[in-house]
Amino acid sequence: MRIPVSWLVEHLGFDEVPTPDELAEAFTRIGIEVEEVSPLGPVTGPIVAGRVVAIEELTEFKKPIRYCQVEVGPEQVNNIICGATNFVEGDSVVVALPGAVLPGDFTISERKTYGRVSQGMICAADELGIGDDHSGILVLPTGTAQPGDDAMELLGLNDSVIEVAPTPDRGYAFSVRGLAREIACALDVPFGDPGVVEIPEPEGEAWPVHIEDRTGCSRFVARRVTGVDPTAPTPWWMRRRLMLAGMRSISLPVDVTNYVMLELGQPLHAFDASALSGALTVRRAVAGEKLTTLDDAVRALDPDDIVIADDSGVISLAGVMGGASTEVRDNSSDILLEAANWDPASIARTVRRHKLPSEAAKRFERTVDPALAPVALERAAKLLNHYAEGQIKPGRTDVGVPALPEPVSMPIDLPDRVAGVRYARGVTARRLGQIGCQVSVTTSDDGQTIVTAVPPTWRADLVQPADLVEEVLRLEGYDTIPSVLPPAPAGRGLTEQQRRRRTVWRTLAEDGFVEVKPFPFIDPSVFDAFGLAEDDIRRNTVGVLNPLEADKNVLATTLLPGLLETLQRNLSRGAKDLALYNIAQVTLPRAQQVPVPALGVDRRPTEAEVASMLAALPQQPLHVAGVLAGHRELPGWWGKGRIAGWADAVEAARRVGQAYGVTLRVVASDLLPWHPGRCAELRVGDWPVGHAGELHPKVIEALGLPKRTVAFELDLDALPLDDHRPAPMVSAYPPVLLDVALVVDAGVPVQSVSEVLGASAGDLLEDIRLFDVYTGEQVGEGKKSLAYSLRFRAPDRTLTVEEATNARDAAVAAAGERLGAALRA
Amino acid sequence: MSGANDPYDPKEVAALSAENLDAAVQKAREAFAGAADLEALAAVKPGHLGDRSPVLLARREIGALPPKAKAEAGKRVNEAQSAIKTAFDERYAVLQVERDERVLREETVDVTLPWDRFPRGARHPITTLAERIGDVFVAMGYEIAEGPELETEWFNFDALNFGKDHPARSMQDTFYIAPNDSSLVLRTHTSPVQARTLLERDLPVYVVCPGRTFRTDELDATHTPVFHQVEGLAVDKGLTMGHLKGTLDAFARAMFGEDSKTRLRPSFFPFTEPSAEVDVWFPEKKGGAGWVEWGGCGMVNPNVLRACGVDPDVYSGFAFGMGLERTLQFRNGLPDMRDMVEGDVRFTQPFGTEA
Repeated sequence: MRIPVSWLVEHLGFDEVPTPDELAEAFTRIGIEVEEVSPLGPVTGPIVAGRVVAIEELTEFKKPIRYCQVEVGPEQVNNIICGATNFVEGDSVVVALPGAVLPGDFTISERKTYGRVSQGMICAADELGIGDDHSGILVLPTGTAQPGDDAMELLGLNDSVIEVAPTPDRGYAFSVRGLAREIACALDVPFGDPGVVEIPEPEGEAWPVHIEDRTGCSRFVARRVTGVDPTAPTPWWMRRRLMLAGMRSISLPVDVTNYVMLELGQPLHAFDASALSGALTVRRAVAGEKLTTLDDAVRALDPDDIVIADDSGVISLAGVMGGASTEVRDNSSDILLEAANWDPASIARTVRRHKLPSEAAKRFERTVDPALAPVALERAAKLLNHYAEGQIKPGRTDVGVPALPEPVSMPIDLPDRVAGVRYARGVTARRLGQIGCQVSVTTSDDGQTIVTAVPPTWRADLVQPADLVEEVLRLEGYDTIPSVLPPAPAGRGLTEQQRRRRTVWRTLAEDGFVEVKPFPFIDPSVFDAFGLAEDDIRRNTVGVLNPLEADKNVLATTLLPGLLETLQRNLSRGAKDLALYNIAQVTLPRAQQVPVPALGVDRRPTEAEVASMLAALPQQPLHVAGVLAGHRELPGWWGKGRIAGWADAVEAARRVGQAYGVTLRVVASDLLPWHPGRCAELRVGDWPVGHAGELHPKVIEALGLPKRTVAFELDLDALPLDDHRPAPMVSAYPPVLLDVALVVDAGVPVQSVSEVLGASAGDLLEDIRLFDVYTGEQVGEGKKSLAYSLRFRAPDRTLTVEEATNARDAAVAAAGERLGAALRA
Repeated sequence: MSGANDPYDPKEVAALSAENLDAAVQKAREAFAGAADLEALAAVKPGHLGDRSPVLLARREIGALPPKAKAEAGKRVNEAQSAIKTAFDERYAVLQVERDERVLREETVDVTLPWDRFPRGARHPITTLAERIGDVFVAMGYEIAEGPELETEWFNFDALNFGKDHPARSMQDTFYIAPNDSSLVLRTHTSPVQARTLLERDLPVYVVCPGRTFRTDELDATHTPVFHQVEGLAVDKGLTMGHLKGTLDAFARAMFGEDSKTRLRPSFFPFTEPSAEVDVWFPEKKGGAGWVEWGGCGMVNPNVLRACGVDPDVYSGFAFGMGLERTLQFRNGLPDMRDMVEGDVRFTQPFGTEA
């Protein structure tokens, strides 16, 4: 909300008005956020009121240009070129004379333009730094000023606008009234409340009104003003304030409703009473009903919308926007003013549903002081009476019974205990009184001093002791709260899982992978590019209702799409050799989706309720994935380098396992988007936990990836937290080293040969390592030769070659028996 | 040459004369000195120390001498041979040193050749920052709590005292999960971990939770729809806002140096009352030390405690939350938040594993 300082301080008893910055600081200190302090101007030099004497339309230019004679002082008429057309001869305007300097260091001088000499400028409001209206030049209401009058004073340019953003709990602060009260509390100055005035006793009703829906509308007040002069202009002071608050002047009746809303915080609506037919009814809309709103949009109403209807049907979307059929027009003279209290939650839903945020709705959503409606109507009616000769009819309609805030009690030292401060005696009662509470202090049966506060009507947010505590603390100042570190409990440090995850995170980085964090939103068509079957489990995604990018509307079930997109982004920016990784949650719908149970917040949910709520959430395991393209080892003066291949992906996956304390087994697999012959499944025991290898050439083609791009992905949460507690016995006796070359069928996986050898060589085998794989003529077609070096050692003696040879032979025999392996000749 | 039983031949025996022996020694010395390297030295060695060298040939003549002369001649030959051997050894030592030095000189390489065979890896700075913050709080006795990113509205809003249609709900622009009435959202903050912690753990609790959060903000220099927060929660008997302030100050000092501190401004969050915005004094702020908006905090709203079965008359607590992207942005002076989310390796690599 934007508010001129001059308006803010009108209700405050300052001996000396603080500077705008001091006021802003006071707001900030008590919790009213200040977005901006904008001094008006700066404007210097001769700025005067002028009267347009004559207008000559110049038609030889592309746009309309006026050559005006403007009276700018006694006996002084200047010729001025003007591009605006929203004025007529006789209008009162503001003229910047040569020598004047306008905001933006814009110096006015006598100059030749459009073939004429222009002696000054007729100003628009924004050119003077008043608001941002540039729809035409500023035309002052007749009689506001005489030609030659100094316009500086008239325009009130020695003023500032403070823009504040009160938090949504403080509905009262969306008004001059509320903000002035805050300053009064912050700076301890007297405050004259414009919301407390004498209301005359009514004589009868202003208009018949029935509230059918008391939840939607707790109070509806109406007042009628007749004989309003539809040509009466809005007085300059009111227009100025509206402009500075960021609102456009429309017509006197509309301006009055807006002005009173800004001043008091009560939104008003003005109906053209002559357009109303019959009694007004407040109710929910009926399905199928439509309303043309003030902005000429036809809106289909929802049965949850609160509306005002007359005999003709719905005439207003209550609290949000009026209807076009009953709006005040430029010939309306019979005006029915309405002020009501609408249900904040309903208003919020209607605003969201119809995407119709408005100044009125903003206030209703945040709760409007229920005592304010008649006051605001009286103020508005008097303004119409004063400025448009309207007659205020003696009747007033006032239906409904608004809820008033309930008393709140608390131990008087509660603020002290929450803050950790000993406040001076009487502080709590004084501060609560200052914000408008009726405060009483009593002693309870157990001797405690209890303070009871009846919150003022505008403070619906004060409902529990903590709310009162905050009021005391913020007004006393958060800066008076000491800084004390609480005594630390004995923590248990990171969990085993947290430590191992960190190791994984670090290991991949140390292995040359760069961590990226793609968004989890993916385009499901990527699964077509992956070539996944229609029933592939990864296509079973969770959707987002309001995605930022319409096609990326589901949550990732695999990290690969995000990683591959990031890979492409890097490639498109010129990178060539890339190793990327990502560790993030994926979202996997449950086989049986159960609804989230509706739970209250008045008590702790039971274990069963918590369990059913957790069961309604999709599974969200932590995955780790990586992609590699280009060189794994760079070329350079040392040689050619090495292009990343399937084995690098498998190795990275296995390194992740090692970092987590788990040895991953590798089994040949065939899963898209991987190459059917170059895809490894990683297992813990027999339990699959992920895949690694080269991507399928078709996938690479479909996604435009570099040839032979490789990738891995593991479910980190599927890795067991093995109790890894090694107790190695290190023998100091010499080893016996033996090599063996075995010929097997080409299709026999190396891992099974290694496993058989390792398992069959006995306890004396200390290490086994494959050092060569050979295929070719010497071993014959369909065969391969695997060369292993075996290291044998005994824990307690020097091993003889014979013992080692026996062990090796046993292993070779087992490999022969189980896998058809033969010693290479 | 004379054999042992050959008749005495004075002419041949002249080989044993002092003059001849001295000449042989002199010749050997000259030959050794003239050898330029070990190979040349080895080549001349047989001529002076080999079986057919003058001194060795002279030694053979000793047998033919009368016994009286044998001792003297033998001594002379020994001295000559020893002198030649010494001359050889000395020359050998010199040449060996020369050779060793030359070999090392010849093996010299340019050690400034680039050695970037393995591309560098790096962790994302948000990861490192989250870990560091975790460590700061673990050192204070806190534990690290976790929660899912896709959350029930009950945990994300209801339990945190967000009224059903309260404007605060729309303040946090939420990603909603299909279908329409799923009651599921992408968590808009890490605060649902507060409720989870209170339901899961025994009191007292002191936890922090770094995590990924989501709001429907368009990506620009200072906003990203997917970002990270760290949440802190302490619930114990007798906790005050002073304790909150003390904890935040300790956190600020750990992150930004001993001169850092925090300032609280009253604000509003449904799940805390009283609530505050946290500003941090950042000594290295661009353009000079100053206050920087850092996050939100407050005393846990009694409604939150009640919804989680904690008696607000016995226990009190405080909570705080900071954005990690924002923290990283001002700490490192990063102009554009988009760099943190786009995954360009040129952004991440300079951070290495620990920056």
